[in-house]
Amino acid sequence: MSALLELNDVEARYGPVLALRGVSLAVPEGAVVAVLGANGAGKTTTLRSVSGTVKRSGEILLDGKPVRGGPEASAKAGIAHVPEGRGTFTELSVVENLRLGAYTRRTRSLKADIEQMAKYFPWISERGEQRAGTLSGGEQQMLALARALMGRPRLLMLDEPSLGLAPLIVKEIFRIVRELNEKQGLTVLVVEQDARIALNAASTAYVLEVGKVAVSGSSAELRNDEAIRRSYLGY
Amino acid sequence: MSRATLRTLIVFVVVSVIVFTLPAFVNDFRAQQFSYVGIYLVALIGLNILTGYTGQISLGHGAFMAIGGYTTAILMSDHGVKDIVTIPIAIVVTGVAGFLFGLPAARLSGLYLALATFAIAVAMPSVIKRFEGFTGGGSGINLFGTPELTASLTPVRLFGFELTFNNWLYYLAWSIAMIGYVIGWLLVRGRTGRAFRAVRDSETAAVSSGVSLARTKALAFGISAAYAGAAGALFAIATTYVNPDTFPVALSIFLLVGVVVAGLGSLQGLIVGAIFIQFMPLWAQNISKSPGAPAVVYGAFLILVVLALPGGAAGLIARVLQLTRRGRDFQKP
Amino acid sequence: MAQFFQQVVSGIASGGIYGLLALALVLIHRATGVVNFAQGEMAMFATYIAWTLTTNHGVSYWPAFAITLLASFAGGFGIHQAVIRPVERGSQIRVVIVTIGLLLMLNGLATWIWTGEVRAVQSPFPGGTFEIGGVAIAYADVGTIAVCFAAVIVMWAFFQFTKVGLALRAAAVNPNEARLVGVRVPLMLGLGWGLAAVLGAIAGMLTAPSVFLDPNMMQSVLIYAFAAAVLGGIDSPIGAVVGGLILGVGLNLIGTYVDFIGSDLRLPAALLVILIVLLVRPAGLFGKPEVKKV
Repeated sequence: MSALLELNDVEARYGPVLALRGVSLAVPEGAVVAVLGANGAGKTTTLRSVSGTVKRSGEILLDGKPVRGGPEASAKAGIAHVPEGRGTFTELSVVENLRLGAYTRRTRSLKADIEQMAKYFPWISERGEQRAGTLSGGEQQMLALARALMGRPRLLMLDEPSLGLAPLIVKEIFRIVRELNEKQGLTVLVVEQDARIALNAASTAYVLEVGKVAVSGSSAELRNDEAIRRSYLGY
Repeated sequence: MSRATLRTLIVFVVVSVIVFTLPAFVNDFRAQQFSYVGIYLVALIGLNILTGYTGQISLGHGAFMAIGGYTTAILMSDHGVKDIVTIPIAIVVTGVAGFLFGLPAARLSGLYLALATFAIAVAMPSVIKRFEGFTGGGSGINLFGTPELTASLTPVRLFGFELTFNNWLYYLAWSIAMIGYVIGWLLVRGRTGRAFRAVRDSETAAVSSGVSLARTKALAFGISAAYAGAAGALFAIATTYVNPDTFPVALSIFLLVGVVVAGLGSLQGLIVGAIFIQFMPLWAQNISKSPGAPAVVYGAFLILVVLALPGGAAGLIARVLQLTRRGRDFQKP
Repeated sequence: MAQFFQQVVSGIASGGIYGLLALALVLIHRATGVVNFAQGEMAMFATYIAWTLTTNHGVSYWPAFAITLLASFAGGFGIHQAVIRPVERGSQIRVVIVTIGLLLMLNGLATWIWTGEVRAVQSPFPGGTFEIGGVAIAYADVGTIAVCFAAVIVMWAFFQFTKVGLALRAAAVNPNEARLVGVRVPLMLGLGWGLAAVLGAIAGMLTAPSVFLDPNMMQSVLIYAFAAAVLGGIDSPIGAVVGGLILGVGLNLIGTYVDFIGSDLRLPAALLVILIVLLVRPAGLFGKPEVKKV
């Protein structure tokens, strides 16, 4: 299986600060890959590099083709980036949020897609007109996920989906992600601080430290290696 | 004395020498034009304190000039007060007006303040016309009728020299400008100036440090209005006639243009700004005789300065100085 | 009593114009966070274009109207891309100054091209009045109200029901997230400026017949529009329209029944409205009170 997404020696900076110092990773098609590490390690910056939200150099390949330009271009290429904090359009309604997710698609009618989303998140059909800003954190995270899926992306990138959410809700979200991956073959790249739950969902993981990949391997390896767990994963 | 202060002093001395010897080298008409430069400079020094140091945008300082100008005109024509004597009165009246406006206005942030002051500038002519009894309404107040109160008929004798009206006006305007600059410089160096800059940089932090936000901002408004009042008074004396159109909206805008072109506050920058305001319409006429030309050039300049020169003329001058001298940025006080 | 209703009707007509221009201001403020001081002059310039088309090129009124709207759209879009985009992310002072520069340029340009001569412009609506229950209502007022109403409805429909309208709304409030779903935000913002220019052009063309065409024609209308936008809430489109109507009717009634204000002090009265609203309830009638983040 070839890699859907490949990063080779990617550097990224915020002004004078170098946040990524040469990160290389690969996300195989149909896999769930986790990016772990402490605060400030460069996890979010890695996702931002892929979606083009931050200035980066180095090679980023999607399906073997280089990804260039800003977020609009990567969205068009089929990369759905759910940012830290969900990125909900709080002023707009639930349904409008979903419609925006499908912005890059040319289809006329989105009714079928929205019904599909309602299957995963039943409350969508009841509360379609509600202002998205009035949803709870967990609901907003699910809405963000649904919005990303509306675009029928090649790659789904999630930035800290567990942030600020109760454990039960986090479990549910990861369950849905795993289901999407297993049933629809959705390729997922997830950044997480909660290493335990991320390793449960992912097949491989990369641990970042100060802008570089410190350790990588299958989740089983990382989980079973006590030394790695203690020093890098915090449990 | 720090290097910056020394430099400021040198510039001040050089400018003073140039200014006070200039009339000997130029004809009377030019001297008159340069008196207006001096008058605009007074207003710009005040506006610079407001905009540069407390970060409050005012698009209404022409209205404050109107208050000063009308104060002078009313005092001279209705109460027979000598022209020079009206100036301190105009300063106080306008300063108080500015302070009173500044108190509630302190609650308005950037754009809203610009909006409110812009509305004042647009509305001022209507207010002037409405209170005809006071202000002479649409026909204004003519000061030609009181020549004994001005230097227009009887030349002024100073140190044994006899000055023409234009020269006298020139020295009056520039003396006030230079004194005003020194006062302003002392002000921004002291505690008041620090409070001003604190307000500009972070209102929250300023308040936490015990700075009274409303009073500080209102004080800055009052001070800048006082300068505008002085400029307005001088303007009235110079033109010997005021009516609602003497201080149009365009004037308020041009004052802001002057401050922007000047960049942040050094004396030379402000002088460039004042020169710009006075001479620009004339240069524009060279491009086209059309009455619309000055506004087009002003507007284009404004946009270009903002887009290309974030530091205005002062920034440009500073950068040029940096090229000729090693060392730090030219620091204003 | 009849006079009261007459004043109300003509107040609604002028209020509609204030509302349109206020809507333009709100549109731009929501999209780019800028108070566009040049909105009035942009409208004035468009009106001159319409006038020139009908007078010097023999185009009849409504086709000229349509062409002017297209030209305004292009102009607004162009202005945004050329001079606003470079500075819209910077400090507020810089953007304010750029729009003021635009104000000056457009005013000067109009004077340059067409001279400051005051001109009479024909109204597209029939003159005269008709009576309903003893109240004389001007055809021109009804026509104005109808055009304003149509413009507002079309705008509303555009934003509510089209994909581009949705994208524009998203770009206005969450530009970063909008980019992530593929919206080309700078293009959308330019679009917003274009639409605002169209609204302004309509306002200008409706104003000209009653106040005569000259380069300074829209300056007081701009102040009334600011007052309406502030009253309604500077980020609220509904507020802009409602604020405009309240202001139009209110100023007319006060001007008629309060001698002190008369017609001279309408402008300062509007100024007072601005100041009072900003001091008492800065968010306006429909806006959300802003919580300052420390």
